[in-house]
Amino acid sequence: MPQRVSFWRAALLSAALLAAFLGAWEVALLPSAATGPALDPEYAALIGAAAAQGGQTAMPAPSAIALRLVELLADPFYVRGTNDQGIGVQIAYSLLRVGAGFGLAALVAIPLGFVIGMSPLLNAALNPFIQVLRPVSPLAWMPLALYAIKDSAISSIFVIFICSIWPMLLNTAFGVASVRREWLNVARTLEAGSWRTAIRVILPAAAPTIVTGMRISIGIAWLVIVAAEMLVGGTGIGYWVWNQWNNLSIADIVIAILMIGLVGLLLDRLLGLLARAVSYAE
Amino acid sequence: MKPDVAIEGIARRFGATTVFEDVWFTVDRGEFVCLVGHSGCGKTTILNILAGLDAPDSGAMLVDGREITGPSLDRAVIFQSHALLPWLTAAENVAFALTCRHPGWSRGQALAEARKALGRVGLDHAGDRKPAQLSGGMKQRVGIARALAIKPRILLMDEPFSALDALTRGALQEEVSRLVSEAEQTGFMITHDVDEAILLADRILLMSNGPGARIAEVVVNTLPRPRTRASLHHMPGYHALRDHILDFLITRSREFSAASPPPGWSPRAVPEVKPAEGAAS
Repeated sequence: MPQRVSFWRAALLSAALLAAFLGAWEVALLPSAATGPALDPEYAALIGAAAAQGGQTAMPAPSAIALRLVELLADPFYVRGTNDQGIGVQIAYSLLRVGAGFGLAALVAIPLGFVIGMSPLLNAALNPFIQVLRPVSPLAWMPLALYAIKDSAISSIFVIFICSIWPMLLNTAFGVASVRREWLNVARTLEAGSWRTAIRVILPAAAPTIVTGMRISIGIAWLVIVAAEMLVGGTGIGYWVWNQWNNLSIADIVIAILMIGLVGLLLDRLLGLLARAVSYAE
Repeated sequence: MKPDVAIEGIARRFGATTVFEDVWFTVDRGEFVCLVGHSGCGKTTILNILAGLDAPDSGAMLVDGREITGPSLDRAVIFQSHALLPWLTAAENVAFALTCRHPGWSRGQALAEARKALGRVGLDHAGDRKPAQLSGGMKQRVGIARALAIKPRILLMDEPFSALDALTRGALQEEVSRLVSEAEQTGFMITHDVDEAILLADRILLMSNGPGARIAEVVVNTLPRPRTRASLHHMPGYHALRDHILDFLITRSREFSAASPPPGWSPRAVPEVKPAEGAAS
């Protein structure tokens, strides 16, 4: 059994590791006093002293990133034309797409998974399709979606839809198929009827498994949206990251990575709350 | 008396193996019948057929003279594993059954009735608890309350107390005995506890060993009611009754053969014996 650790000791160690990492980063980027090989003054005059030295690197120090972070978060929701919008606006676009794609996937996957879980025949019949389609990278669907839908925003929602559907579908089908026989027998002896049995017995019995599927799905959806938006462009945190790469703003890219991580954590925690609400002890 | 439920010549086969066949019996209104036999004679299958959860390969079940298949609210089951829905509280479990019986009831009305039903099994205080927070005996009490709350025509019990410790089992047996006689509830119970059968039953059906099991004897329990566990073994006739059943389980259940049955035995008219009556006089 793992040993229980005190929260404060772990937090202290985390803080120390972070400080060591950021400190090493900061120190590594300090401008060195001792310059390298002596410069040819003519060469320096030609292209500028700093550039000739190899001088200013594009990699920012943590302190510079922190300053930039404060700057970005001071006004996260500004919109100055299509190509200049705040980081909050970009994240909101991404969340909107993930929400739409994931929501549509849940609307399809949970009822369909329910039917598949109830019917061994349908399960066996649909299994080959699911097994072939599930391992396909969601981005492989993008060209097809762009061709068929002819709208880049809806195409990225479709890609989110297609990548979030599988875990929810499989988990729902599994959860429904493995509802304890005796609970179904209780419903049968009470003449509960199929609708009441589905809503009052099978759904709550399978809910923890279904929510686990939803949790996996939203994690994958949040992974995929960044890549999808890099491809389609326009808006969203993925597009923003790519845009900052073209601007060579490494600080903004680092900040975006941090933001993507934090939002992903938040999404997972939200589903975690739902999981706690539907869990039961046997 | 008119039989509430009649089983007519049912058989169950798994492949080439016949678990039991040519099983006939009736349960009269207000009567409590116990089915006793060794593992493997198909007791649970017979109960599941009565509950409508299983179907016989031949033969039929008649309720009120009409052939019935499938489960019904009129035949409530107390499951060995209590089978409570773990995401509902004790009161909600009972209320779920009540709303199945009375679709027009509001949630509040069903919960109020559920609490009354829990009160009758001594669980007034535990209505808001989830099954995981209840002891084994309390869970089974909720199961009993759920089955009785819907006022079934017949109460079916599949070794309901076998998973409980001896003290709890004794308390619940008396509880069921009291509830069943108060409500004049028709009951059918599977057990392999001989004392449980003697405490509760009006008639005890003894099954021979499977495969090819039959009802070999019907023991009429003539011990007067009310019976309590404390006084049961002091009743005249108790020992004769108990010895008779134990002898059956140890030797006669093995030796019984439908091909060369004991004199007077036929599957449709299994002889009734009253071992306690002779000894009491």
